[in-house]
Amino acid sequence: MKSAVIVFPGSNCDRDAQTALRQVTGAEPAMVWHKEGALPNKLDLIVLPGGFSYGDYLRSGAMAAASPIGDAIRAHAARGGYVLAICNGFQVATELGLLPGALLRNASLNFTCRPQPLAIATNSSAFTAGYKEQREVSFPIAHHDGNYFADAATLDRLEGEGRVAFRYIGNPNGSARDIAGVLSENGRVLGLMPHPERAMAGQEGGNDGVKLFESLMAAA
Amino acid sequence: MKATVHVSLKVGVLDPQGKAVGDALGRLGFDEVGAVRCGKTIELELKDGLSKADAERRVKEMCEKLLANTVVERYSIDIG
Repeated sequence: MKSAVIVFPGSNCDRDAQTALRQVTGAEPAMVWHKEGALPNKLDLIVLPGGFSYGDYLRSGAMAAASPIGDAIRAHAARGGYVLAICNGFQVATELGLLPGALLRNASLNFTCRPQPLAIATNSSAFTAGYKEQREVSFPIAHHDGNYFADAATLDRLEGEGRVAFRYIGNPNGSARDIAGVLSENGRVLGLMPHPERAMAGQEGGNDGVKLFESLMAAA
Repeated sequence: MKATVHVSLKVGVLDPQGKAVGDALGRLGFDEVGAVRCGKTIELELKDGLSKADAERRVKEMCEKLLANTVVERYSIDIG
């Protein structure tokens, strides 16, 4: 699987994503600086990493979505490439228009950082197929703007089309209908606030993230 | 020419910052305060020679493309 991690100024989970991809795929992901106008050829997967791109200026993810690499990311998604958008990456993906909805300030106003239990809402996606009969995972969360919002019609559509990938067990941020992660219409883009790349059997975070990357490997 | 853009969360979108500010005003004894909503103001210096209509059109485009996220935010524009 050929993958790339987009690095924005203020990204801080880009190396976690790099390490996770290296561990699962055995290949080195390309680290692509946001000012590059183009992506490597024949890419299977783009990871939009967590962090605080552009210091969250204006709105979380808004400036990153307007950066020079933005059009190349949209083009990759448009031709059916996989995109894994984690935390700040999820915010960037909604700002890019790859996923519906928006991420608002946590209802508690607190920056919340802890292991978070999640229900796997669909195991038929390219990102979750490897979990098979497993119903729950624990991924770390660490965010201030993770309160997923979309209008009722959009939420109904997401649920009706099986595009909710993960739900919080114990909603940490006020997200509509406990939604922690959503899929694009073609199922190839996943945006989620929790961090699977920090749950890779390291010294902390458990190992529940491994199967997400293995699922992608099998699909791509 | 100057344009001022006001951006705030749409009615119906929870504004926890506004709520926190409202709660704090209440604690300070400003009992007359009901709901509070927080937003932001963006001031733009525009090149001279632009007609007001053109300025409005361009600034609206800026709002739609970058300055506001119309999924959750509304905006208003003052030119001049």
